[in-house]
Amino acid sequence: MLTAENLGISFVTRMGTNKAVDGISFTVEAGKITAIIGESGSGKSVACYSLLGLIPQPPGRIDSGRALFQGQDLLQLTEAQLRETRGRDIAMVFQDPMTCLNPYMTVGNQLMEPLRYHKKVSKAQARERALELLEEVGIRDPASTIDNYPHQFSGGMRQRVMIAMALINEPKLLIADEPTTALDVTIQAQILELLAALQKKRNIGILFISHDLAVVADIADTIVVMQEGKIIETGNRDDIFRHAQQPYTQKLLQAIPTGGKSEVLQKSEPLLSIRNLSTWFRQGKTHVKAVDDVSFEIRRGEVLGLVGESGSGKSTIGRSILRLVPITSGEVIFDGTDITALAARELKNMRSRLQIIFQDPFASLNPRMTVFDTLAEPLLLHGLDNRSNVGASVLKLMDDVGLARSFVRKYPHEFSGGQRQRIAIGRALATRPEFVVADEPVSALDVTIQAQILDLMRELGKEYSLTTLFISHDLAVVRKLADRIVVLQKGKIVEQAGTSELFEHPRQPYTRQLLQSIPGRVLRANAT
Amino acid sequence: MATPVIANIVEAEEGTSLWQDAWLRLSRNRLALFGLAVLVLFILIATLTPWIAPYSYTQHNLDLGATPPSAAHWLGTDIFGRDMLTQVMYGGRISLAVGFIATAVALVIGITWGAIAGYAGGRIDAVMMRMVDIIYALPFMIFIVLLMVVFGRNMLLLFLAIGAVEWLTMARIMRSQVQSLRQQEFVEAAISLGLSPATIVRRHLIPNALGPIIVYTTLTIPSVMLLEAFLSFLGLGVQPPQTSWGLLISYGAESMEEYPWLLLYPGIAMTLTLFSLNFLGDGLRDALDVRGAKD
Repeated sequence: MLTAENLGISFVTRMGTNKAVDGISFTVEAGKITAIIGESGSGKSVACYSLLGLIPQPPGRIDSGRALFQGQDLLQLTEAQLRETRGRDIAMVFQDPMTCLNPYMTVGNQLMEPLRYHKKVSKAQARERALELLEEVGIRDPASTIDNYPHQFSGGMRQRVMIAMALINEPKLLIADEPTTALDVTIQAQILELLAALQKKRNIGILFISHDLAVVADIADTIVVMQEGKIIETGNRDDIFRHAQQPYTQKLLQAIPTGGKSEVLQKSEPLLSIRNLSTWFRQGKTHVKAVDDVSFEIRRGEVLGLVGESGSGKSTIGRSILRLVPITSGEVIFDGTDITALAARELKNMRSRLQIIFQDPFASLNPRMTVFDTLAEPLLLHGLDNRSNVGASVLKLMDDVGLARSFVRKYPHEFSGGQRQRIAIGRALATRPEFVVADEPVSALDVTIQAQILDLMRELGKEYSLTTLFISHDLAVVRKLADRIVVLQKGKIVEQAGTSELFEHPRQPYTRQLLQSIPGRVLRANAT
Repeated sequence: MATPVIANIVEAEEGTSLWQDAWLRLSRNRLALFGLAVLVLFILIATLTPWIAPYSYTQHNLDLGATPPSAAHWLGTDIFGRDMLTQVMYGGRISLAVGFIATAVALVIGITWGAIAGYAGGRIDAVMMRMVDIIYALPFMIFIVLLMVVFGRNMLLLFLAIGAVEWLTMARIMRSQVQSLRQQEFVEAAISLGLSPATIVRRHLIPNALGPIIVYTTLTIPSVMLLEAFLSFLGLGVQPPQTSWGLLISYGAESMEEYPWLLLYPGIAMTLTLFSLNFLGDGLRDALDVRGAKD
């Protein structure tokens, strides 16, 4: 149905010309899902956006190729013809449902807009059609929610609205650009199911862009693997997963976290006890109970996984322990001391013993400080080194986290995401803390980098004899690292158990639901 | 990547800081470089004026009167027979000094005030920013006139008075910058390292907030110079025999029809400076804009 041949796109910037897509060819068949897989910067989105003329030119430039869709070359269409095609024959679902809906328009009006633009229908007919579609994409009681504004919907519901919007003109091809990346794992599972069902029912072709092989594993018919603007492997799903030819594809497959760690349930005494911790945020006259009367313990030397969807309060617990947010009530006992009761000076000394690693390595480093400054700061602050010998400690730290020593005077913007996360880990470990909160440390990274950072954290955990609170929404990742897992929902603990016990015998329905939502069921079935 | 193992940080290759990166981009902007060059030249002349001025600025020659530009007086003379080139040079000294010193005063107060308010947040922030709002609401001219009446006309006072008004916007910009920066994780990381609030503001917040401040500064200097010109024009600013571009323009305007050069040359000097500052400001804004930094 769609055939792209020898597609080449480059971006011309002041820094020179950058070939984003380099002579790729692929097809999408009616009634089939073709997935394009690649890490960020591999050109997968650029390739698909160019089909709809959504590449700004300049700086973008289409160098070569054609994209045949129903006998027309999409790349040759005029802007007016493209507008006709967009939204009518080819529709698009974007990554972030939070920003892709106009906050000042009701959902119903936004749904009706493309329909009324492309087909001359009356307002009443359009509304009826919108209601039907909302029903079809699984919005409960569409009649009463159609006139709501986007902020009244949750992320998953908004993504459903986006899908309804894409489908309203009965397109033949749907391009979905990471449609589930911004969503929680349970919601992700629902959206994937919805897409697969709609595709069967309507017999449309879907071009599914993703960085996550596991997500694609469950729904794609054909998989196209891209790296640095080129297609390195194409094949149907089972071929790719069973007999991937290219080393890069194999590397991607290996990076999918499967299996768990061989846990040792230590009987050591607790290093950190959290007792009846509540952290509420004021919102107008009421409170949002982000953390609501939570108690658990972390034993010395163990990795405790803290799992929950966004809004479950897992990050707030991590920040509450470190007193980065004021708590409402409760105690945090670290090695016999209640951290919540410490005065400023005592707290400063305590801080060298508890550290945190953040999610976003682009935001967690001061852009105006070199690696040296960043790593030396904690050492000098806590008097572990003086100006004359801090250099040696910094270099040792860089060795530990696997950064080349020659980078010591570079600035954060000169590093990749994975390297930055290594710097951030180095900073957290500089004071040789006993306890580290790792707040989604790998969820902003590409899968292959994810695997490297997780390995690094495991090694360093041993070397520094760390106790870790590992916060993540991704159960597969947690499984690789954690000894025990605490499952959180809406600020309360649902279940806590040893990792393998939790995975094999989940007791609570919510835990079961979480486990079933982990993408890549097909992969796991193959593995066993 | 083969990288040699090094034992000393000095051996390592130096990285490009964001400042260096911005300078690199600025140096490709010809208009901004032109502005910078003109400014440097004017500042140089202003500093060296007492030594290089062709005449003394108090030297009258009433017999000569106003003459058009000639070999002896390149820019002509005014009605008292004073050399215009000398006048423009001395006037530039005052104008530039007012522009830069008053802006520096505004910068120091504004950055400190805004950074503290933004970082502290809550009630402290509310009180500090309401004070800014109140001062904003005072009619500026009345404020200056009152100061002049009470304390007499005084150069230093002029600097302070202008600086005291211009810092308000600086404080607001700084506050909003700091407010958005303190949400960033590197600030939380600094807190969890145990850094004191003062260190966090100084080391982590201010350097990151300076971009927009620098741009605004280059736009403040011209507005301060215009303010001085305006006050001098009204007779509230610099008083003779000291002079400034504003004062020269004001005198020149009175006799514009008979002696146009009295208006023309100080006007050109002032305009050139203002243009240069604006070009430089535009260039800096483009150079410091993070969005364009590494694409």
